[in-house]
Order: sequence, then structure tokens, then C-alpha cells
Amino acid sequence: MNGKLWAGSAIALLLLLVALAGPRLAPHDPNRQDLASVRQPPVWAGGAWRHPLGTDSLGRDILSRLLWGARVAVVVAVASAAISALVGVPVALVAGYARGRVDTVLMRVVDVWMSIPAVLLAIVLMAVLGLGLWKVVLAIVIVDWTRFARVIRGEVLALREKEFVEAARAIGLHPLRVMVEELLPNLVPLIIVLVSLEMAIAVGVEALLSFVGLGVQAATPSWGAMIAEGRGYLMVSWWGMGVPMLALIVAVVGFNLLGEGLRERFDPRLRMAA
Amino acid sequence: MSVRFLLSRLLLAVLSLWGVSVLVFAILRILPGDPAVLMAPVGSTVQDIERVRREFGLSGSWWAQYGAFFLSLCRGNFGRSLWLQQDALRVILERLPATLELAVTALVLATGGGVLLGACSVWRRRSWLESGAVTLGTLGIAVPNFVWGLLLIVLFGAILQLLPISGRIAPEYEAAEVTGSAVVDVLLRRDPAALGSVLAHLILPASALALPLLAAVFRTIRSDLLGALGEEYVVTERMKGLGEARILFWRVLRNALIPTATLIGVQFGFLIGGTVLIETIFAWPGIGQLTLQAFQYRDFPLIQGIVLVYAVTVILSNLAVDVAYSFLNPRVRLVS
Repeated sequence: MNGKLWAGSAIALLLLLVALAGPRLAPHDPNRQDLASVRQPPVWAGGAWRHPLGTDSLGRDILSRLLWGARVAVVVAVASAAISALVGVPVALVAGYARGRVDTVLMRVVDVWMSIPAVLLAIVLMAVLGLGLWKVVLAIVIVDWTRFARVIRGEVLALREKEFVEAARAIGLHPLRVMVEELLPNLVPLIIVLVSLEMAIAVGVEALLSFVGLGVQAATPSWGAMIAEGRGYLMVSWWGMGVPMLALIVAVVGFNLLGEGLRERFDPRLRMAA
Repeated sequence: MSVRFLLSRLLLAVLSLWGVSVLVFAILRILPGDPAVLMAPVGSTVQDIERVRREFGLSGSWWAQYGAFFLSLCRGNFGRSLWLQQDALRVILERLPATLELAVTALVLATGGGVLLGACSVWRRRSWLESGAVTLGTLGIAVPNFVWGLLLIVLFGAILQLLPISGRIAPEYEAAEVTGSAVVDVLLRRDPAALGSVLAHLILPASALALPLLAAVFRTIRSDLLGALGEEYVVTERMKGLGEARILFWRVLRNALIPTATLIGVQFGFLIGGTVLIETIFAWPGIGQLTLQAFQYRDFPLIQGIVLVYAVTVILSNLAVDVAYSFLNPRVRLVS
């Protein structure tokens, strides 16, 4: 195991636990406003233990909102990465295995998709679809399935020239079986790497959408929305923006390290270079 | 050979443009959510919504709607902006130079900074410089643009109070736009104080936009250089008595630039997309800022136009990279 893999797995595991247990760990109701104690500082900056990470401009407990926000981030990350893979991998298999005209058409579609900047496409989709957690997931899938399609199709093109695939074809295996039984198992490491990297991207996109008010519904605590709310009071209470931003950075860097660590683990060539 | 290659690339670009028009059309009409309802003011009656539907060509079959949409696009008619009550394309083209200025500056920063940092990290291995650069490479690629933007605002705007955090130029230097690029404008005016103000306004948003790409360039250059240092030609150079720095910066770095050029071409679209958030955070008057404003006014004709213009920018820059690449690397020309 390399350092990146250790750090990445630790952070990912921690996030997963927090997402599962978050609601039980949270000391307060994340949406309960207390106008008598707004913008209380965190404990290390002179605050009380009642609100360990302080409160926001409506007196809501930041720790509780952070824990609930972790749940949103993890659900979006896992769901959108998994579904993007479920859409992109079959397209890649068909395009790479069939080659020729099918491949050309599918890859042109991917090109067109990718010529609209991802962030812009996600924002447009959210504006049309409306707010909500699962709509964020849908928007990310519609934008990012192309990532899987393109990268994995390249790998399929290389794999299909190998002897074992040729042998499977020679004994008359149905193309579908060649794809699922011969090609797919060899793609698993790459898919796992792409899924982890996609989780990092998805967490970032969800935060970004919630930051501009086009993400999850207002009542749902989300790191992006917390950053946006805290931004207005930056000069009087930096923790309102600083705390959720730190959580976001740790999460995206964690998933990214996990993906890169896995890639180095799976690909001996990269291990040599690193 | 070369002409055929260029023609095929051009054809591909045109095909992509057509594809984007289909995609934009589809997003606003086929997804759940009725655009007529979204565009009509809150509290509209059924009759009002029907009127909106007729006015914006949202009635009839999809085929007929797309035909009308495509024909008006061909005539350069993107419709009227609901919010600004002006021709949508004109509004967008007025603001496009600001976005391009920001994006090109970020591209220069990312390329220059990434190459320099990559080369230096290999030159001075096992130093604070290398570990610092590697950390920046890891953070830069993972942390989204808008978070970098906010961090830079906090650091340079709020804590150090060194740099301005919004707009393109200080109000006292403001003058009528000539070229659309504020940098070129102040250069033409030969006003050093105004130039300073423009550059001070440009540096933070451009850096925030550049950091993810800078990290990507840094990593490509670094891994290329590390790989190349064991190559035979490097050993030969060493035996010839060339200094380590000279080999690295003159011989090896040159070879690493071609893969980097490809990376930059691929990533430029990503960088352009980042302008939506960065312009909003830094109040930069380009089409990125316009995007989110257009959403607040449910200005779908304007949004449609912005998406198309963004896509055209990306497709044209990809085309430019393909052409430039074919000149740099003759093998590509022959294969295609």
C-alpha cells in the first residue's frame, strides 16, 4: 500500500462512517435556529462546548450541519459515480468492441457532449430539472458518463487485440459474452479508479451547485450552501465559511488520493515512475 | 495530405457545432420541466403560458420546433433576451472579450507556472521546493476552482488586503472600451497606473481559474521529466559533460512539451467552464457572470445563447490545438 492509498482510504472511510452515523452524532437539530446565539465562535476561538464548531448567522449549530452535509456529499458522490459508470461502461464496451461506424458515432456523441463545459451543463440541467438531491445526482450523471465512456473505450480497444479475446471469438462466443465475461473483468481495476476519481469530482460539483443555489433544497444542509451563507459574514465570523470549506477540501482531496493511490497500485508502470 | 487533414478537422468541428445545437435544444425541451412554465412570470395564467409557448417557438412537434430553431441559429438569430430586452447574441458578444481575457491569462499562468514548477521540482529533488510543488499538484487538481477563488479572496483580499477582489479596473481609471480587452486598452492609453490597476484586478481570478490546470501541467511535465532522465540520450549528454540544469532545461524539457500541449488542448474546455463560477465570485463582467444572472431572470433565450457560445469557443480552441499539433508533430498528419 502506498501513502496516497492509505490517506485516501482513511478519509473515504471516515466520510462514509460520518455519513451513516451523522444524524446520531449531531448534537443539535441542523435546522434549529437560535437567534439568541448567532455566530458563536468555535471552542478554540473562545466559544462554548455547547457548539464545538460555533454557530452560523441564524444560530444553527455548525457541527450538526457539517455532519448532515457529509451525508449529502457522500450520497451524491457514491450514487453519481456508480450510475455514471453504469451508463458509460456499456457504451464504452459496445463502441470499443464493435469499432467501425458504431464506434465513430458513439464517440462523436461523446465529443459533442464534452464541448459544452461540464460546470455550465450541470448548471443548465439543474435550472431545468429543479432543486433536489436526486436531481443533482441525475445532472452529474448526464454530464459525466462521458468520462467513463471515453477512457474505458480506449482500454477496450487495446484489450480486444489480446490473444484471450481473439480465442474467445474464435470459439464462437457471442459478442455479448465476450464483452461481459472476457473484457469486463479486465476493466474492473480501471473502473474502480475512475469511480473514486469521479466521487471527488461529484463532491465538488454538488458543493458548487449548492453554492450558487442550484443544488439540494434549501432546508437540506449542504457544504456548498453553508459556504455561500458563511461568505456574507466572512469578516465577522470566518468559521461560517471556513469550516465547511475545510470539510469540502478534505473530502475532494481524500477521494482523489484514493483514486490515484489505487491507480498506482493497479498499474506497475506508474509505480515505477512515482 | 495536410490540406485533407485540415478539411476533415474542420468538418468535424462543424459537425460538433450541429450536435451541440441538438443537445441544447433537447435539454430545454425533452427533460421534465416545461420551459414555457419556467419562463412565464410567477402566477401566470394558463393563457399567459400558452402565449409564451407561441412566442418562443415551443409549440408544435419537436421536428418543426428544431427546424425553426436551427434556421434562426444559422441566420445568427439567438432570440431576444427577456431580461435585458436586447438581441441575445449582441449581449453575449459584448461580454465575451472579458471572459476570453480571463481565460487566456489563466492559460498562460497555468502553462508557464506548471512547466516551471515541474522542471524545478525535478531539478532540485528532495528539497522543500519539490515537496511544496508536489503538495500543490495534489491539492490543485482536487480542489474545485471556486474554492480556490474564495481562498484567494480571504487571503489576499481580506487578511492581507493587498489586491482588489472584484471588477476589472478601479473606478478612477475607467474609460470607454476600445478593444474589449482591458489590458490592451490601457496599453493603448499608455497609462501605467491604469495598467497596474487592471493587472491587479486580473491576477486573483486568473490564478483561481489557472490552479487546477497548473497542477495538471505540473504533474505531466514532472512525470515526463522523471521518465526521461533515465533515457540514453540523457546519459549521452551527461557523458559529453553537459551540466545537469542545462540537460534538463534545454534538452529534456523540450521533448516533454508536446504531451503537455495535448493536455492543455484537452483541458482548455474545462478551464473555460470554470469562468462561470470565478466570474460570479469576482464580479468579473464576462459571460460567466451573465450565466447565473440569466438564470435569476429565467432568461432562457440568453442561456441558450451562452451555452452555444461557450461550446463554439471550446470547439474552435480544440480545432486550433489539432491544427497546431499537426504542425508540431508530422506523424499525426500522415496517420489521419
